[in-house]
Amino acid sequence: MATGVAAWLPFARAAAIGWMPVANCPMPIAPRDNSKKQDELIILNVSGRRFQTWRTTLDRYPDTLLGSSEKDFFYNEEIKEYFFDRDPDAFRSILNFYRTGKLHYPRHECISAYDEELTFFGIIPEIIGDCCYEEYKDRKRENLERLQDDQEENMDLKMPNMNFRETMWRAFENPHTSTMALVFYYVTGFFIAVSVITNVVETVPCGATANQKDMPCGERYTVAFFCMDTACVMIFTVEYLLRLFAAPSRYRFMRSVMSIIDVVAILPYYIGLVMTNNEDVSGAFVTLRVFRVFRIFKFSRHSQGLRILGYTLKSCASELGFLLFSLTMAIIIFATVMFYAEKGSSSSKFTSIPASFWYTIVTMTTLGYGDMVPKTIAGKIFGSICSLSGVLVIALPVPVIVSNFSRIYHQNQRADKRRAQKKARLARIRIAKSGSANAFLQSKRNGLLNELLELTGTEEDEQKLTQKSISLLESQHHHLLHCLEKTTAHEFVDEQIYEQNCLETALQTYPSRSPSVSSHDSSTRTCCSRKRKRNVPLPNTSLPTTHSTHQGPLQELSAIHIQCGDPLSHTASRSNLNLKTDESSRINCKSGRITTAIISLPTPPALTPDGDGLHGPPQRRPPQPPSHPPPLSIQTTTSSAGANIVKVSAL
Amino acid sequence: MLSMNLEGLEMIAVLVVVVLFVKVLEQFGLLESGYDDSVEDELELSAVRHRPEGLEQLEAQTRFSRKELQILYRGFKNECPSGVVNEDTFKDIYAQFFPQGDASTYAHFLFNAFDTDHNGSVSFEDFVMGLSILLRGTVQEKLNWAFNLYDINKDGYITKEEMLDIMKAIYDMMGKCTYPVLKEETPRQHVEVFFQKMDKNKDGVVTIDEFIDCCQNDENIMRSMHLFENVL
Repeated sequence: MATGVAAWLPFARAAAIGWMPVANCPMPIAPRDNSKKQDELIILNVSGRRFQTWRTTLDRYPDTLLGSSEKDFFYNEEIKEYFFDRDPDAFRSILNFYRTGKLHYPRHECISAYDEELTFFGIIPEIIGDCCYEEYKDRKRENLERLQDDQEENMDLKMPNMNFRETMWRAFENPHTSTMALVFYYVTGFFIAVSVITNVVETVPCGATANQKDMPCGERYTVAFFCMDTACVMIFTVEYLLRLFAAPSRYRFMRSVMSIIDVVAILPYYIGLVMTNNEDVSGAFVTLRVFRVFRIFKFSRHSQGLRILGYTLKSCASELGFLLFSLTMAIIIFATVMFYAEKGSSSSKFTSIPASFWYTIVTMTTLGYGDMVPKTIAGKIFGSICSLSGVLVIALPVPVIVSNFSRIYHQNQRADKRRAQKKARLARIRIAKSGSANAFLQSKRNGLLNELLELTGTEEDEQKLTQKSISLLESQHHHLLHCLEKTTAHEFVDEQIYEQNCLETALQTYPSRSPSVSSHDSSTRTCCSRKRKRNVPLPNTSLPTTHSTHQGPLQELSAIHIQCGDPLSHTASRSNLNLKTDESSRINCKSGRITTAIISLPTPPALTPDGDGLHGPPQRRPPQPPSHPPPLSIQTTTSSAGANIVKVSAL
Repeated sequence: MLSMNLEGLEMIAVLVVVVLFVKVLEQFGLLESGYDDSVEDELELSAVRHRPEGLEQLEAQTRFSRKELQILYRGFKNECPSGVVNEDTFKDIYAQFFPQGDASTYAHFLFNAFDTDHNGSVSFEDFVMGLSILLRGTVQEKLNWAFNLYDINKDGYITKEEMLDIMKAIYDMMGKCTYPVLKEETPRQHVEVFFQKMDKNKDGVVTIDEFIDCCQNDENIMRSMHLFENVL
């Protein structure tokens, strides 16, 4: 029962007295209304704007937040109001729903914000009134499509564990995923073009030889064209078989349009091979050659625009059908009229109604070949009416098709634009993340420095001393990160220190082949001692523990490396100085195995300053941006093997 | 034969041309067509607005307190912002309470019972007067109201046909899915039972006195009259 008419319930019950004299059986007892409280005004304070309404108004919809006891959670005793920290503009339409029973969607609101408000107040969007429902649904669908496009792109990057078949399928579907796929894409495109051009050129007359008349190139250079055709068909066959092999669902792949086009494109060749000997079916063989032109449809895999066109035509099927139907009707009518009008005139070309079809079609589409013209006056009048109406009939469904095409095209453009902006977006996100990470590391350094100062009582650089007052939120966040460090017995560092550490590891482990020995010693080191080792960055301070520092980080690093797993031994021994950054190893890292610190050092001379830097502050060195390929480039990866978080460059 | 065809078609062609010419002239406003434009329709007042009498008058005329009248009016005006209920709205509202069956016939009778001045719409005064009788009136008044409801043509007598109409309307509200299944003759049988009880002198009609007498002697009916007293 619509609670909007709850106000009429007393009336309906009173009117039930009309049944009483007619009834034969006694009536049931009426429910008692015990809550006899007076109707009171409720004040709803939404972000400062006060809305007031009767309590009974809100009680109309007891399965929403405001109508049930859920609103008691928001009751503020001091001000004796229900306080909601939400958008007051959106709340207007929600309260109006209680008042009028109809939920309206304000057009200037963002659809997701509005949805959130509805969900918060426990109102289902389906009860939006008819006046606003269409708009709401349209906006919601648009939004969903937008989000879906985003997600689809994200999915491209995921999936680390794909077997060969899945990789191949992904390569086929998205050529920009890997170089091989791109190469394959261009090669097939090229061969499609070659095949189509061959088919076309085959029929061009090639200049007459001495004793023979002009014949098409195809017959003159039969062998050459045959070889070309064979090559193309072979490529296409191979491609088709590969796609068939890689498809996740072979049955569905075989039924898809593109695969049917592929099959139709290569089948004539094979049928031709089989049937060349038979003379009587040579006619059919010639017909089959026509199907070779289907190869041009294979381009739709390569062209986005073609696909959009096809999709548009499919989605406008009903409009196209209507166009066809109305045209047919008009053609038949006008053909009949013209036939009878021209029946009288002699030597008239309008010999039958079907013969007049040709005239009608040519006239209605405003082609006007002029091979059939009416000669009588009546015929001319009806002919002119025919051409005028033709223009109208064709012009009507066309805008619908155009608007459909435009909508789909813009959608695609939006997707492309988003893909282009994605890089900028990701960069922004990365900067934001590293900003917060740096803040933490900075505060840690400041904290440590302050501790040290208390310990040693020496003066330090002014810049390090500036203790920025951090907000409560930040300090709590930092405390949390600190707890995490303590939990995992590892620490967060920034990239420079990590680089330096890796460098030191490389230098240390290059001569020594058994880093495992030192690992056992270092594993006994506690968190606290390791923390003190972190004081390497301090300039010109001689701390008691510094002497062990140059051992410490390296051993720590190697310890971590050993803990992580096996392949490290390869890379440790492989740390020759001219190692370049390896792309494939990055992929390996992503597979969540080990932290492999692959270091590429440009030249030996560059080592010596680094060697000195062992005791010095790495911050003195010019910070090497990790994105620069030639100098040190570190792969900081996190192994997913539990708590072995080595270095995290971005939180 | 051929020349006749020609002539016939030529005539049709000429006719077509003439018709097109007339249409073009009409477009340019040079030829006025016969039918009137419904310009006046647009000036028609969109809705009848009704304002009820003052609160004090209604208080005096009905047995509701001021507060009750306020609540009633707020609900009424919320559902019918124009201040009056016409029969279709009435039927809609009543139909929402009985979704399984068809309440339109009974709502029609009810509407007539409420619409005491028979002007085709129920204003707030009609509404409140009717409710006052039903909820706060004496048993006599209530029975009077019920008799008025059954007496469709308001001639003072309830005939079997009137009763049958009312009975069918009530059974229509039940709808199809009942237990036990409704049969065709159930309303008629019910009417027979009613008349047997009410029609004392067996003259085929029930007068107001017979009705009231009979009801006052029936315990069930008397008890049920008090059923809805605390509705408001």
